[in-house]
Amino acid sequence: MLAIDVVSTVFLALGAFFMITGTIGLLKFPDFYTRLHATGKCDTLGQILVIIGCMIYEGFTLITIKLLMVSAFYLLVGPAGTHALMKAAYVTGLPVWKKGDKRM
Amino acid sequence: MDLVEMKRDHRAFAIILTFCVMFAFWMLLSAWTVYLVEPYDLFVVSSKGILAALIVTFLTYEIFVPNRGENVLLKMQRFIPYLGWELWQIYLATIDVTKRVFGILEVDPRIIEFDTTLRSDFALVTFGNSITLTPGTITIDIEPEKGRYIVHAIAKEPADSLTVDQIMQKKVGYVFMEE
Repeated sequence: MLAIDVVSTVFLALGAFFMITGTIGLLKFPDFYTRLHATGKCDTLGQILVIIGCMIYEGFTLITIKLLMVSAFYLLVGPAGTHALMKAAYVTGLPVWKKGDKRM
Repeated sequence: MDLVEMKRDHRAFAIILTFCVMFAFWMLLSAWTVYLVEPYDLFVVSSKGILAALIVTFLTYEIFVPNRGENVLLKMQRFIPYLGWELWQIYLATIDVTKRVFGILEVDPRIIEFDTTLRSDFALVTFGNSITLTPGTITIDIEPEKGRYIVHAIAKEPADSLTVDQIMQKKVGYVFMEE
């Protein structure tokens, strides 16, 4: 029982670390596009690691399969949402930050 | 066997296959434990599932079993190793962004355009999603007729890996046979 607790806690902590990294990037990066990079990438792996941690903690039951479906769905939807926001910003003509400009 | 008869056969096959998959899915999600606890109540419990599966079947069987398509099994067989490679790329992408957040690598964003050999819808969507999941790049727009992609890259190396090396484009082209 202790081993399962330790392994699942490690996975949950790693997931939380990547989510926090994404949030720091959201605050730190210079413009809209780069901020989307931070949230879009870090959230995907963070979410998957948290779900794997839950799966290990719960043991192999029906809930494991449901959690697996949630993570597969997130893999499909995450990039699509990021892409939709990106395209909306690009079409309306939001300028792209170049190296050396001041922060937006 | 003439064409009309073949079409009717295909339709029946599509409806039956969709119904079986939908009912199995419903069992998996909501009826598994019920069957184990109360086996005598089987028909009353599963009637709701049958009804739900029927409704979904008649709404979606045309999309679920597509009419045309060549070498579907071979494509699926090639798609599974690609999925494993993609999961590894997600890990690398997150490490890459983490380094940029903490200032180990620099941020130097740019927008690039390039043409590919991909034409079918499924290949275009797979490649677009893959670009977003791999390190440092996000798809902005796709022009399906030319296979042209507009991509936002966060620095120079990720942009070069798309336009110069083209590893991922070759992999997707190999999976969908559109090299």
